[in-house]
Amino acid sequence: MLNLSRWKIIAVTLSVIFGILFSLPNVLPQKTLDAMPGWLPHQKLNLGLDLQGGSYLLYEVDTDALHRERLSDLMEDTRTQLRSEQIPFGELAQQGEVISVRIGDASRYEAALNLLRKNLGAPLAGVIGGKDVTVSGKGDNRIEVTFVPEAQRADAAKAVDQSIETIRRRIDSLGTKEPSINRQGTNRIMIQAAGESDPERLRAVIGKTAKLTFQMVDESVSPEDVQAGRLPPGSEVLQSEDRYAPYYVVKKRAIVSGDELTNASQTFDQNGRPAVGFAFNGSGAKKFGDITLRNHGKRFAIVLDKKVISAPVINDPITSGSGIITGSFTAESANELSLLLRSGALPAPLNIEDQRTVTAELGAEAVKAGSISLAIGAASMFVFVILAYGLFGGFAAVALVVNVLMIIGIMSMTQATLTFPGIAGLILTLAVAVDANVLIYERMRDEANAGRTPMAAADHGYKLALTSILDANITSLISGLIMFSFGSGPVKGFAWTLVIGVFTSLFTAIFITQVLIGWWFKTTKPKKLPIA
Amino acid sequence: MRWPLIRYIPRSTHFRFVRWAPVAAVISAILIVASIGLLVFQGLNLGIDFKGGIALEITMSRPVPQTEMGAVLDQIGAHDGQVQGFGSPNAALVKFLPSKDEAPSVASKRVEAELIKRFPDLKVTSRSEVGAKVSGELLMSGFKALGVALLLTLGYIWFRFGLSYGTGAVVAVIHDIVLTLGLLSVCGIEFSMTEIAALLTVIGYSMNEKVITFDRLKENLRKYRTTPLRDIIDLSENERLSRTIITGTTALLALGGTMAFGGPVLFPLVFTMIFGIIIGTYSSIYIALPMILIWGVKRNDEEATPIKLGAASRP
Repeated sequence: MLNLSRWKIIAVTLSVIFGILFSLPNVLPQKTLDAMPGWLPHQKLNLGLDLQGGSYLLYEVDTDALHRERLSDLMEDTRTQLRSEQIPFGELAQQGEVISVRIGDASRYEAALNLLRKNLGAPLAGVIGGKDVTVSGKGDNRIEVTFVPEAQRADAAKAVDQSIETIRRRIDSLGTKEPSINRQGTNRIMIQAAGESDPERLRAVIGKTAKLTFQMVDESVSPEDVQAGRLPPGSEVLQSEDRYAPYYVVKKRAIVSGDELTNASQTFDQNGRPAVGFAFNGSGAKKFGDITLRNHGKRFAIVLDKKVISAPVINDPITSGSGIITGSFTAESANELSLLLRSGALPAPLNIEDQRTVTAELGAEAVKAGSISLAIGAASMFVFVILAYGLFGGFAAVALVVNVLMIIGIMSMTQATLTFPGIAGLILTLAVAVDANVLIYERMRDEANAGRTPMAAADHGYKLALTSILDANITSLISGLIMFSFGSGPVKGFAWTLVIGVFTSLFTAIFITQVLIGWWFKTTKPKKLPIA
Repeated sequence: MRWPLIRYIPRSTHFRFVRWAPVAAVISAILIVASIGLLVFQGLNLGIDFKGGIALEITMSRPVPQTEMGAVLDQIGAHDGQVQGFGSPNAALVKFLPSKDEAPSVASKRVEAELIKRFPDLKVTSRSEVGAKVSGELLMSGFKALGVALLLTLGYIWFRFGLSYGTGAVVAVIHDIVLTLGLLSVCGIEFSMTEIAALLTVIGYSMNEKVITFDRLKENLRKYRTTPLRDIIDLSENERLSRTIITGTTALLALGGTMAFGGPVLFPLVFTMIFGIIIGTYSSIYIALPMILIWGVKRNDEEATPIKLGAASRP
C-alpha cells in the first residue's frame, strides 16, 4: 500500500493542481479573471437563490382547463359539421367526457356517422391512421364523440412543453439574466431568476395566457335576450374593455386565432393613440380576407383572454393580412400586449403554486455567514486533528484542505448549485472525511501495538481500514443519491454536495495521506510510529 | 505533556457496555414513548413548505415589536398570524395564511403594504408563498425520500453483513428518527424541507456508525471463535472507542462552529445534525449491538451449523 507508485503520485499531484485551478476563480477579483487567458478555468461557484438573492416561481399548467376547452371546441365542431351538410340534429350535449347528439333524420344517420368520422379530430401522433377522437353510433339515432385517453395525455404534455417555450420567450424579452426554466413532475414549470428581486415583474408577463382570437359579433341577440339568458347555441357573452359597450355577444368559434400571427408591434392609430399592429401568416390572411369580404358592415370582436378589446365594424375587406388593434391602450400596455402576442399564447392557464424571493442583501449576508461558519468549522477540525495525531494529523489536515479545494473546484466546474444547506453538507462531509483518516490511524495504532514494525503497521492500517471506509461511504452515497432524486431546491443542492464529497473524501483521505506518509517514511526512516 | 494527544486516550479499555444495555433499553423505551406521545398530541411545527401559506422575513432598524405586530396581523386579516424571532432582535419571520377568497400573492402584497404603513422602517428581505397543493406533495415526497433511503441502506447492510445486523440497524435508526422528531416537536423547531435533509443526514451518520461497529464485530467474530458473543461485542466496542471519540468530537466541533456563526437559517439544520450525531453514536452501542445479541448471529460462514449461543448469553 505505502509503496509510492508513480501513478499514485501523479494522480495526487494532478488532483491538487486541478483543485487549485478550478477553485481559484472564486477568490480572484473579476478584473484579474477577465485578464486571464481563455484556456484557464473561469467559472465561479453557482450560488443558489438563497445565497445570491433572486426569485423562484413554481407554476402548474392547468391541463384540466385545457381539456374542458378542447371538449367545448369538439362540440362546436360537431355542430358546424352537421350544419354544413344540412343534417337535422338535436339534443347536442356534453356529458362528462362525451359529446352526444341525436340525428333527426334516420335515413341520414349513416351519412352523419361517416361525415363526423371523416372530419372530426386530428391525427394522433405515433399511431398510423389513428385519430384523437372516436365517433361511435349508439343506436336510437344517437352518435357519441369523445377523445381517446392518449389524446388527453399527449395534449397535456404538449401544453407543458409549449408553455415552457412561451415563458422562455417572454422572459427573454424582459432581459432577465440567465433565468432557468424547467419542467418539474408532469405538469409543473419551475422558474428561477437569479438577481431578480421583484417576481411581480416576471409574473405580470408570465401569468397572462395571451390567447388572442378574432370572433364574429352575434348581432342577432338583443340586450333583453342577454338579460334573460336566451342565447343561441354557439354564441357566448364576453366582458368587454371597450368603452362603448360593457359586453358583446360573439360566436364561440374563432375565425382566426393568435396562432396565425407572424408579427405584432406597438404602433399608433390614425388619431395618434397607441395601438398594436399585427400581421397574419398566409392561411390566416386568407381566412381573414374571406371573412371580411363576406361580412361587410358587420362587427368582429378582437378577444384577448376571453375579454373583448375592441369590436370594429368591417368597412373594407382586409386582404393584406395585416391590421391594427385599437382599444384603450397606453403606450406601455400596447407594448406589453405586442410582446405577449409575439411570444405566443399559453396553451392553458397557469396557476402559481409556490413563489419565493430573497433580496440580494439577505443573500450576501447568507454568503458571509456561510463562509464564516465553514472557515471556523474547518479550522477547529484542523486544530483538533493535529492536536490529536500530531504529524499524521497534519497530513490529514492537508488532505482536508485538498478535499475542500476539490469539492469547490468540481462544483465550479460542473456549475452545480451551492445552497445554504449545501454549506452544512460540506461541513458534515469534512467531518466524515476525517473519520476515514481516524479509522486508518487507529488501525495503525492497533497494528503497531500488536508488534508490527512501523512500516508494516502503517501499511496494514490502510489495508484493514479500507473496507470500513468503503462501507461507510457507500451508505452516505446512497442517502445522498436518494435526497438528490426525491428532494427539490435546497435539498437537492445539499445532496449534490454530499455526493461530490463522498468521492473527493475517499480520494483525499486515502491517497493524499498515503503519499505524504510514504514520503515521510522514505525521508526519516522512523523506528516508531508517532501515534503509537 | 505527551504529544500527540491521542496518547491520552487509554489504549485498551474494558468497559462492560453490554451490562448497561437493559438500563439503556428502559431509557430508550421511555424516550420513544414520550416522543411518540409528543408527535401525536403536539405534532410537528410544520413550516410553510409543508403547510402552505406565506412567510415574510423582515428587518427593522429597531427591535421588532413582536406582540404589537401580532395584533396588527389580526386586525388586517392575516389569518393564523405568527411573528417569530429570527436571529437578531431586529429581524423576524412573519407567517400567515391567506383567506380563501384572496390569492396568496395578493394577500402577501397587501399585508406587506399594511405592515409598512404601520411600521415605516420595516423592510421585507425574503418572501415565500407556497400553495397548499404543493406543500402537501412536498411533505409526501419528503417522507418518501426518508423511507426509500432507509430501506436502501438497510438492504445494503443486510447484503454486507447479514439479517441480524440489518435488523439491529433498522431498529436503531428508527429509534434515532423517532427521538429526533420528538426533539423537533418539543423544541417547536420548524419542520421544513431542510429538516428532511437533516434527518437524512442523521440517518447517514447513524448508519456510518453502525457499519463501522459491525465491521469490527464481524472481524472479531472470525478471530475469536469460541468467546461468547456479549464479550466480543464489548471487546469490539472498546477497540472502537478512541475512533468514536475522535470522530464524534471532530464532527461536533465542525458543526458547533456552524451553529454559532451560521445564522438563523442554518441553526435548525445544524441543531438537528448535532443531536443526530450524539443519538446515532448512542444507538450504535446501546440499540444496534444488543439487538444483535438478542437475535444471535451465525458465528462462522464456513461451518454449516452455527454455534448455539443459548439463553445464557442474553442480557
